[in-house]
Amino acid sequence: MKRAKYPFIFKAQLSLVEMTGVKAATLCQLRDHLKEVPESSVYYHTHHFLRQHQFASPEPPNDFAYWVTHALQEGVLGERLAAIDILQFMTLNDLRNAFIQAIDLSFKNGCDAKDLRVSPAGMEFHFLKCTIFTIPTAEIAYDLKEFVNCLKRISPNCLYNHVFESCLRPPYGVNDFSNWLATNLDEHDLARKIGRLDPYTQTMEGLRGKIIHLAEQRMRE
Amino acid sequence: MKPSSLSHYEAVVGSQVIHELRLLAGKLAGKKILHVNSTAVGGGVAEILNHMIPLFNELGVQTRWDVIKGGEEYYAVTKKIHNALHGNPEEFTAADRALFMETQEKNLKQLELREDIVFIHDPQPVGLVKRKEKYKNKWIWRCHVDVSSPQADVWEFLKGYVEAYDRSVFSSPAFSRKLSIPQALVCPSIDPLSDKNRELSAEEVDAVMNRLKIPRDKPLVTQVSRFDRLKDPVGVIQAFKGIRNYVDARLLLVGGSADDDPEGAEVLLEVKEAAGNDPDILVLLLPPTSHLEINAIQRASTVIVQKSLREGFGLTITEALWKGKPVIASAVGGIPLQIAHKYSGILTHSIEGTSYWLKQLLQEPEYAKKLGENGKEHVLHNFLLTRHVRDYLLLFLSLFYPNQSYVIL
Repeated sequence: MKRAKYPFIFKAQLSLVEMTGVKAATLCQLRDHLKEVPESSVYYHTHHFLRQHQFASPEPPNDFAYWVTHALQEGVLGERLAAIDILQFMTLNDLRNAFIQAIDLSFKNGCDAKDLRVSPAGMEFHFLKCTIFTIPTAEIAYDLKEFVNCLKRISPNCLYNHVFESCLRPPYGVNDFSNWLATNLDEHDLARKIGRLDPYTQTMEGLRGKIIHLAEQRMRE
Repeated sequence: MKPSSLSHYEAVVGSQVIHELRLLAGKLAGKKILHVNSTAVGGGVAEILNHMIPLFNELGVQTRWDVIKGGEEYYAVTKKIHNALHGNPEEFTAADRALFMETQEKNLKQLELREDIVFIHDPQPVGLVKRKEKYKNKWIWRCHVDVSSPQADVWEFLKGYVEAYDRSVFSSPAFSRKLSIPQALVCPSIDPLSDKNRELSAEEVDAVMNRLKIPRDKPLVTQVSRFDRLKDPVGVIQAFKGIRNYVDARLLLVGGSADDDPEGAEVLLEVKEAAGNDPDILVLLLPPTSHLEINAIQRASTVIVQKSLREGFGLTITEALWKGKPVIASAVGGIPLQIAHKYSGILTHSIEGTSYWLKQLLQEPEYAKKLGENGKEHVLHNFLLTRHVRDYLLLFLSLFYPNQSYVIL
């Protein structure tokens, strides 16, 4: 079994939520504020539900889709926003633009239309953002066997960091596991298979199970 | 009661959670933390500090707690401030301001406040931040109050102090204000090991239900809350009456004693009148210390309702979700943070909506069960004391990395 020169150090990601003081009660306000809030706010509203509802399948959609569907009762747009494929976007700014574009397309009569719904009092959309902290854990792997053993023990916050967050860091669009397996263990096929898993449509534990299954299958070959 | 240790919590939340707390705490090695509030006993803040401080110390973060001193007149002023922050009109006079500031000065003479991080809870000790200038240490102001629509002059008075802090902390996005300093969102939490929330055996639940003479021959719909119009107990009765033609169930309204609260007694009368002679509507008064009883009642319930018209964070909902119960609650205050509609519970806006969903959940127990399971998981990951401790550790660390949105520890 090949041993890597550089080990995989598992790191947990934890975040502190902060308020921006910006809120929206209509779709126009949502769009206008979405253009201006920091990227960390776009990130928060498209990712936090994955951690808060890591156990649930089906998971609730991203915050924008959830609010448009449940507070504004705009089912069609809500569905479109929920269907935005987060994996396709290499940067948060591109992701932000995708949401803005989908909202713009939904305006039939422009933003001043009288029939534009207002959210019920108390259900306004509050723009939040987060400070992300990453911290190394004691879990370190040099080969595939150690990698699998670590995967079985790490926290969901650790799994989250290497699967979701990593795609938004260089090399963009590649999760940390696939990157390390390919560049350090020459496990290109396994890296590709893990890279093809859509983490946004399964629970964190479901995802963990699939990665472990793929790696164990490779070990048996 | 002896405070619980990390090993006790590990049995509930798992070793990974505790391991991460230890990792974060390790990054704060050598730092000293001081909490300051206005009371050592009674009230939610004292309760949470009593649970938390031993955990911080066990994690190796040296933490202690001081309480400010003030006379009766001072507390009359802070009571006014509290009411005004909740939006209830109060006359906040020049004399009130003078007494407030004078009491801050007296306490500044008594308290050293030289720890690395000084964590001030609520408005009563807010003026102690004056000491920051001397030690150049880090200061946090934690607001436990709903300040979504405060009386303007009172808020402006406090804001002058608050903006001298490094960070502020609120319990819900709706409670935050426009401030020149960063505002963190840290939701409250429940203690899974307390009498109100710990696991109970079927025998313990049976014993309580038998003692309180609550029959269990029909599905039980429960609302736990004091008899207050803002909790809309009469609305709950109306919602329950709306399902009677379709479902055979029993409603239980359980709340604290109303002896010392004239409005509570009035509301209780209205509730009894609305209930009439219906044998399937039970109204139960319990002393405020009935934690075990509330725990058992929640566990024995089929569906739990919280039809509040206004709510803070709504910890009674957290408690109900923790017991794996399907919850129907109003979409007000901090409730939408706890319930994602149709995923971890049901959010409603009206008596009719509450009625509709009650009928649905009582007739679809499998769906109700799934909601309850999701709700419990949601609380496990997001609203237990260990998450609260973790957020505070992150908050402390954030003070040493100002203006950074990505921190590598």
